[in-house]
Amino acid sequence: MNIPALQPRTPTAAMLAVLGGVAMLSGLLVVLAAQLTAPLIAENQRHAIERALVRVIPGAVTFRRYRIVEGGLAPARKEGDDTLYAGYDAQGRLLGIAARAAAQGYADMIYLLYGYDPRCQCIRGIQVLKMAETPGLGDRIMKDHAFLKNFESLDARLDPSGESLLNPIVTVKHGAKRNPWEIDAISGATISSRAVGKALNRSARKLLPAIHPLLQRIRRLREAQR
Amino acid sequence: MSRQRDDRLTWETFSEGLWRENPVFVMLLGMCPVLAVTNSAINALAMGLATTFVLVASGLLVSLLARYIPRQVRIATYIVIIATFVTLIDYAIQAISLDLYNALGAFIQLIVVNCIILGRAEAYASRNRPLKAVVNAAGMGAGFTFALLCLGGVRELLGAGSLFGVNLFGPAFQPWVVMVLPPGGFLVLGAWLLLFDWLKQRSAEVAPSPRGETANGR
Amino acid sequence: MAADSLSFIFLNTVLANNFVLAMFLGLCPFLGVSGKLETALPMGLATTFVMLVSSLCAYGINLALVALHIEFLRLIAYIALIASAVQLVEMALKRYSPTLFRALGIYLPLITTNCAILGLALFQTFKGYDFAQSLVYALGAGVGFTLAIVLMAGLREKLALSRLPSVSQGAALSLMLGGLLSLAFMGFAGLGGGH
Repeated sequence: MNIPALQPRTPTAAMLAVLGGVAMLSGLLVVLAAQLTAPLIAENQRHAIERALVRVIPGAVTFRRYRIVEGGLAPARKEGDDTLYAGYDAQGRLLGIAARAAAQGYADMIYLLYGYDPRCQCIRGIQVLKMAETPGLGDRIMKDHAFLKNFESLDARLDPSGESLLNPIVTVKHGAKRNPWEIDAISGATISSRAVGKALNRSARKLLPAIHPLLQRIRRLREAQR
Repeated sequence: MSRQRDDRLTWETFSEGLWRENPVFVMLLGMCPVLAVTNSAINALAMGLATTFVLVASGLLVSLLARYIPRQVRIATYIVIIATFVTLIDYAIQAISLDLYNALGAFIQLIVVNCIILGRAEAYASRNRPLKAVVNAAGMGAGFTFALLCLGGVRELLGAGSLFGVNLFGPAFQPWVVMVLPPGGFLVLGAWLLLFDWLKQRSAEVAPSPRGETANGR
Repeated sequence: MAADSLSFIFLNTVLANNFVLAMFLGLCPFLGVSGKLETALPMGLATTFVMLVSSLCAYGINLALVALHIEFLRLIAYIALIASAVQLVEMALKRYSPTLFRALGIYLPLITTNCAILGLALFQTFKGYDFAQSLVYALGAGVGFTLAIVLMAGLREKLALSRLPSVSQGAALSLMLGGLLSLAFMGFAGLGGGH
């Protein structure tokens, strides 16, 4: 057990054997762990998305995943950053579309899921998927009731040409909200609040003009599926 | 402690990591996770437990394998062993709770370069019986977790007015926001160290000076 | 500035998200080697150098791991890579630039266990940076580290001359100073989430 101070030189073969053996052992353990936990992790991620989906498309019971492809929508099999989720009520009517948005927050990127309601042309809810904002400060963007109220009906109408938003979504200083497309920042967490506005504006500006002409198809697609 | 080479398990085997050789407060090791993830008590606890797991598991394996590992490649071997267990715990946390995983971020993987673990593998586990190595590693882990909780608790209490997410002071409390921000980490750990140094100095002085009335305002 | 433009990444890593003062990476050398300016600066430069090299290698290795679908070996691969990168840098310096080696040599082994290096490799992977972004990120991290450790050394050199209560000398004092520096750097925080 005790290593003598003056050891005869270890042959290279022995060193290689030990290193190789340890590497094999660790490889085996890691692969085993990855295999064992993979279904659990996938389940967790699916669960997290589903939990967020019911919040951002209130009332929806069934969801379908889509992806925007050249000139239309295609059902998406895998989850990705560009995945769209269409939420339907029990009668199969389209209630809303959810998509991901992201922006640089205070500490790191903030990843959001937001729900868009085509009937009112407004955003109906946001959920933070991932962030590293400071607990008790920046992380209030996912808990603060007054802040979340901003997104119960956030104006995201398209301009007459249908190519861009009528009013860009912006975050304004706490207490300065005057218009339905403005987000009232949390005082003390302005940077995180702004990041949310930026993420929404950037994503909505691109997504909504693209999705609007296609909405009819998802409504119909759903009916065809039934 | 270091001189005697007997295999007896004593309370001391476990407790030295808790207090006398506390990895954070006394040995000042593994500072990065100590400051980075302690902005709330729950993160601190999770990080402490994850580190304890890696300490214990790698301690056991190193102790079992020590006699077969040639000296020249021992550090490389230890690092591979440690990295393996860190990857395991990384997957485990991801499988247990995604929220926790997101909160701790890359700092779980950074357990690999926590000097406490490599230090213990080299200085203790490789020279002691598996059982003893495990008990000592558990003690070190407990000491590390204790230190993280000391920091995380104070920072969350002052910075957010809550503990483990439970609000304690009610809405009237004006939080010291800076405590949960990076500077708070430095300041709170500095304050803890001051306290410990002061206690140590006072117990060293015992009789001579009347009382430990040193300038210790903050 | 877009969040992924090179100038933004650089400024953000040097100032707003400084590796030492905001992300708590590389604290051991920050507390340990910041006693004197003349050692702090070479330490910072050596770290920057190793960061650039290992960021490059990590980028390549990650491509290979992803191509082979063995991402679960990432951590083990990175740590092995950093250890060997440090070794290589040491050998190359010794061979081609003995003067530089004499100046930086003793710091290199310390860098292997510097979590800033592994942190850099992991973060650039998580953020999905491309080749140029990774390099700029590494440069920013190195410059930020150097800046922090040099500032700290300057403060500590001044304080070494002043009278302090005996309890507050040592690590506690360094941490308090680190806290003040970190507080000062918080002023840059708006850079990340501004307009």
